Amino acid sequence: MSADIAHQGPVAAPRPHGTRTAVLKALGYSALTVFALLYLFPFVIQVGTSFKTDPDATANPLNPIPSDFTTAAYQQLFQQDFALWTMNSVIVALFVTAGRVFFDSLAGYALARLRYRGRGAVTLAIVATMAVPGVVLLIPKFLIIKQLGIYDAYTGMIIPLVADAAGVFIMKNFFESVPVSLEEAAKLDGAGVFRTFWSVVLPVARPALITITIIAFQSSWNELPHFLVSRASPETSTLTTGVAGLLTGALGSGNRYPLKLAAAVLMTIPVAVMFFVFQKRIISGSLEGAVKE
Amino acid sequence: MRRRDSARAGEARSGWLFVSPVVIVLGLFLVAPIVIAFWVSVSDWNGRGSPLSSSVNFVGGQNYQQLLTEDTLTRSDFATSLRNNFYYVLLVVPIQTVLALALALLLNQRRLKGLSFFRTAYYFPSVTSSVAIASVFLFLFAGGGSVNALLAIFGIDGPQWFADPRGVLHMALGAVGIGSGAQGPGPEFMTSHDFLGLTWWDWVAGPSVAMLTIIALVIWVSAGGYMLLFLAGLQNISSDVYEAASIDGATHWRTMRSITVPLLRPTLFTVLTLGLIGTWQVFDQVYVMSKGNPGKTTLTPAFLSYDQSINNGEWGTGTAMSFVLFGIIIAFTAVQSRILRDKDADGRGFLGRVRGVQLATQQSSTSTTGPTT
Repeated sequence: MSADIAHQGPVAAPRPHGTRTAVLKALGYSALTVFALLYLFPFVIQVGTSFKTDPDATANPLNPIPSDFTTAAYQQLFQQDFALWTMNSVIVALFVTAGRVFFDSLAGYALARLRYRGRGAVTLAIVATMAVPGVVLLIPKFLIIKQLGIYDAYTGMIIPLVADAAGVFIMKNFFESVPVSLEEAAKLDGAGVFRTFWSVVLPVARPALITITIIAFQSSWNELPHFLVSRASPETSTLTTGVAGLLTGALGSGNRYPLKLAAAVLMTIPVAVMFFVFQKRIISGSLEGAVKE
Repeated sequence: MRRRDSARAGEARSGWLFVSPVVIVLGLFLVAPIVIAFWVSVSDWNGRGSPLSSSVNFVGGQNYQQLLTEDTLTRSDFATSLRNNFYYVLLVVPIQTVLALALALLLNQRRLKGLSFFRTAYYFPSVTSSVAIASVFLFLFAGGGSVNALLAIFGIDGPQWFADPRGVLHMALGAVGIGSGAQGPGPEFMTSHDFLGLTWWDWVAGPSVAMLTIIALVIWVSAGGYMLLFLAGLQNISSDVYEAASIDGATHWRTMRSITVPLLRPTLFTVLTLGLIGTWQVFDQVYVMSKGNPGKTTLTPAFLSYDQSINNGEWGTGTAMSFVLFGIIIAFTAVQSRILRDKDADGRGFLGRVRGVQLATQQSSTSTTGPTT
């Protein structure tokens, strides 16, 4: 802005503006860098410490570079149930993601396009569920999962997560932005509603589907409270519940920080990779899902 | 004519069929739980068998009464958790909002380049698991951890963060001669009165040192998410407005005060509402990092309700706590919307707010998820 002013300003005195802009620029970058350090350094310490020995971790907590590099922490992790936790997390996240993508887009399409009695009421009801604070539902959810006999099983861990109101609205908004002409052509050809949805509408909806996929995977991968109330045995433990146990439980002697941080590193990798690949979409998608938090 | 009628009927059938999975799942795991939990909160169910069986009796408001009026450990624990969460909200909401706004303003400078790297850095904690972040902070704030090592460079002897139950307000009051610090007894008039089983002195303890670490963690994580909301809000402000201001000779500061901040009001409202709703629900960090310790100073209603039900089998009071918490969240957002009256949100009351938030965010998103990209 002020750069523009500097260009348009009187020719006689361009210098003060020029230096002022440069100073402001430098100030801007230094502020950004200070915050970036504040945000990145913990992750640097996390990765560095995970390759340290226990004594090295406690002796040099500020230095991220290991004095003697070791992968012992990672090897110990796999002597725990880490592989099992990972498998459970993968299974749950895959099913939840697939379910959400399918059910959210079905419902989003029905709310955006199909005309039927009660559509307004259903829309309002789904909005209303977004207003309920999630944590308040923890104990209630436990009760219903027990009641339905799906406690401590994949079904109880997955089914309650396969639909989410925010995702439905992301899809609904998307379908409303697509021109109707495509579907009308399909209808004239005599295609049924599901056929039209599946082979005409859905392929066009790719961008929104990717958004839903990312949000669903990330949120089910990171989910903790739901897996605290929907399961109990070690066999059904996910990464979040397993690592949480690792952090709080007494695990033999010592603090074992490298082990705990190695677990944190490994469980962050899938979402980190996804984040860097789909960065732009995550950032726009998170704005839509923001209501749920 | 007939063909069109049957097509209509087919569309109606498909409509219901298409929404039914979502409606069933949300109904079963969102609506039904509330109904059952409400029943449990007014029953004498002890955790054995089904809460819907005929041996379970209706006890009216007894659980609520016990929670709020009877002189029990449960009541004082609940009061403690409310106090802790109150100080937590009081610190987290304003600081994370200001930090998020500051980050967004820094990232919205048109004269700077390479900003997407910084945006990524600030937002990254928001996509990582709360358990992984907690693990990092447990190390950073450990007695011999990174933060204390950093403080030691400046000659400061850092506290044992997670083991320190001292309330910071008690410490401050002690320093000016009121009470005898965090360890000693408070002044007589404050210890002889109590509210919900907690003395006035205990109410003004402030957040404990241990709670401060959780507060720091949450601010650090969530500021990035709210920063994105502010960024979207800033980018919605037309550049014409800024041009007009610069033609009028407005200074940088003046432009900010008279244009940016007023036009960001709807976003600010959204961020504060989401912040309030979110902070009253703090659970993950407490579960992973402290389990309410030390000295119950990190206990929060969400965690206590979980602990009380699942671990202690006190289902009636546990579910009653959930509903009291629900009431608190609604009350706080209502008060906040009264104070920060928002003319842009359509609809009224809690539901209207949430709907307004949803509409506001969907506008900014359709352009990025639209078929053209």
